[in-house]
Amino acid sequence: MTAAVSVVVVTGVSRYLGAHVAARLAADKRVGRVVGLDPNQPPAELAELLGDVEHIPVEATSAGSVLAELDAECVVHLALVTAPEQQGGRAAMKEQNVIGTMQLLAACQQAPRLRKLVMRSSTAAYGASFRDPAVFTEDTEPRQVPRGGFARDILDVEGYLRGFRRRRPDVSATVLRFAPFIGSSANTTITRYFAQPVVPTVFGRDPRLQFLHVDDALEVLHRSVVEDHPGTFNVAGAGVLTLSQAIRRAGRVAVPVLEPGLSAAAMLAGGLRFGRYGLDQLDLFVHGRVVDTTRLIQEYGFEPRTTEAAFDDFIRGHAGRRVVNPDHLAAAEQAILDGIRRVRAAAQERS
Amino acid sequence: MKDQKRFAVPDPAPADDLDRPARRNGHAPKPAVEDKPGDAWDRRVASMLAFARRRLSGQYEVDEFGFDRELTEGLFHPVLRLLYREWFRTEVFGVEQLPEEGAGLVVGNHSGTVAVDALMLSVALHDQHPRHRHLRLLGADLVFRVPVLSELARKSGGTVACNPDAERLLRSGELVGVFPEGFKGVGKHYRDRYKLQRFGRGGFVSAALRTGTPIVPVAIVGAEEIYPILADIKPLARLLKLPYFPVTPTFPWLGPLGLVPLPSKWLIEFCPPIPTAHLTEHADDPMVIFNLADQVRETIQQTLHQLLERRPDPFGP
Repeated sequence: MTAAVSVVVVTGVSRYLGAHVAARLAADKRVGRVVGLDPNQPPAELAELLGDVEHIPVEATSAGSVLAELDAECVVHLALVTAPEQQGGRAAMKEQNVIGTMQLLAACQQAPRLRKLVMRSSTAAYGASFRDPAVFTEDTEPRQVPRGGFARDILDVEGYLRGFRRRRPDVSATVLRFAPFIGSSANTTITRYFAQPVVPTVFGRDPRLQFLHVDDALEVLHRSVVEDHPGTFNVAGAGVLTLSQAIRRAGRVAVPVLEPGLSAAAMLAGGLRFGRYGLDQLDLFVHGRVVDTTRLIQEYGFEPRTTEAAFDDFIRGHAGRRVVNPDHLAAAEQAILDGIRRVRAAAQERS
Repeated sequence: MKDQKRFAVPDPAPADDLDRPARRNGHAPKPAVEDKPGDAWDRRVASMLAFARRRLSGQYEVDEFGFDRELTEGLFHPVLRLLYREWFRTEVFGVEQLPEEGAGLVVGNHSGTVAVDALMLSVALHDQHPRHRHLRLLGADLVFRVPVLSELARKSGGTVACNPDAERLLRSGELVGVFPEGFKGVGKHYRDRYKLQRFGRGGFVSAALRTGTPIVPVAIVGAEEIYPILADIKPLARLLKLPYFPVTPTFPWLGPLGLVPLPSKWLIEFCPPIPTAHLTEHADDPMVIFNLADQVRETIQQTLHQLLERRPDPFGP
């Protein structure tokens, strides 16, 4: 049997998503050769996965010659950084996201045998505005440039991709706008946020959130490579949890903070390169973000598990640090009810 | 039909009677302790506690617009109902004009300085409609800018007034409430009461046309008198970034007391629906849109006059 895709190049294999996608593709018989492109060495726990994946440690600047040499047929671009890291901070993040993508796309444009490009994007592409519709479809234009660095990178990256589509109409390009990842094994800004016992929220705001189980993200990426699905797709779990609801379900305690204070703190944290949350999280926690996934379900014939189910899986993985336990709540409810009944019975008897 | 009703067999005892002791020889035995589990107060306390537990553990459903049905029915409506019944003595006519099920665009006149009329309309619709449907209100983006208020609006079923949201709600078969006058209506002078303002660009009509949804005009009488605007301090409004800064007989003179609405008598009348299903292909025709908007406006204006004749005294019983 001939392989459906002979050579697949995956960027960002030193990170969770890239490593898992590369490993899944390598295990698929329809895929010939899987090459990982990443200047960094994957950490030990991911290196195990990458047994069948060739790793070429190059910077995006030299991706051009590598893609041509490999005769790459499909490129999966996952090397996006969602939050500034300890080293380098925001400048390095922008370098990697924007300049890295630009250079990779330039290399793709030159690759003669390339016929497919799959790119990771984010629902942050819709920006954040108070005039936004409640549910974004793929055709919604952002009304206001978001404050968060990652969201601005995403807008730039998608802009470059539009240019690439015009220049290489023969390459089928798939853009996947992912909702924030969650799941028992995921480790992202959002999962770290919900894993704390006490979580800060923005006073007077209860955003509508949607999550995507990481395993479903892997499935959609996998299908994008071995099947043909050109276009832009929202990828998210159906349904909505509000932030307060999610915090209560996780048994955490919310601490509302006034927004101006939080913005200042986020800005300061960004400037001084410490702290875990930036303006990206703040935008999300003020405006919320819900997308329509009809196009994905129709095109892929695959429905990611619901936001509720994905979040439940996360809770199961992080149940240890619960502050509020549903069993305790039920017990308290019964105790109060019994107490009231006893008092009323006593009062009745006396009268 | 009537005859059948007259000879109908009485309904079996309601379910909550089953846990009471059986009647003996026509007399219900009197229990030694009256408040055993199962009496009305006990049930009320138990259901309140269960409500609190569900809220605290996050075990409730919210739709994609943020509408929280349980919170709306369990908390918002009971509070609003006090205003609706005891304070404004609201009377509702023409509920049968509303679709039993499926989409409908309810278009009303806007007045009253703050949008109390929208809230009363949604209570009226929920309580009077045979299916107890919820009205999904479309609000100005100002509402969604303000913390706390924005979340109350979303949880009670509101969303930003924009065509994508309106059409999405209508396509999913909801009853959508809209006030095309916007701030021009709520913020108008008391001397202009019950004079409909301009209807904007008619975005609501194109949403109805595109989805083939019937338009149900509704006239609301009573909201004009709750906070009569005698003057509008424009510089202060600009300073606070508000569309107007009202001066009423009680506000801002009496401070927070000025926020108590005057107890006017309210009448709400739903008018016969205007079908639009045959006009779907004209959704982009400005002529059709303006004509239809005018028709809706005229209907509401005429109904307002009729209702006002029925209510000679704004503060009568």
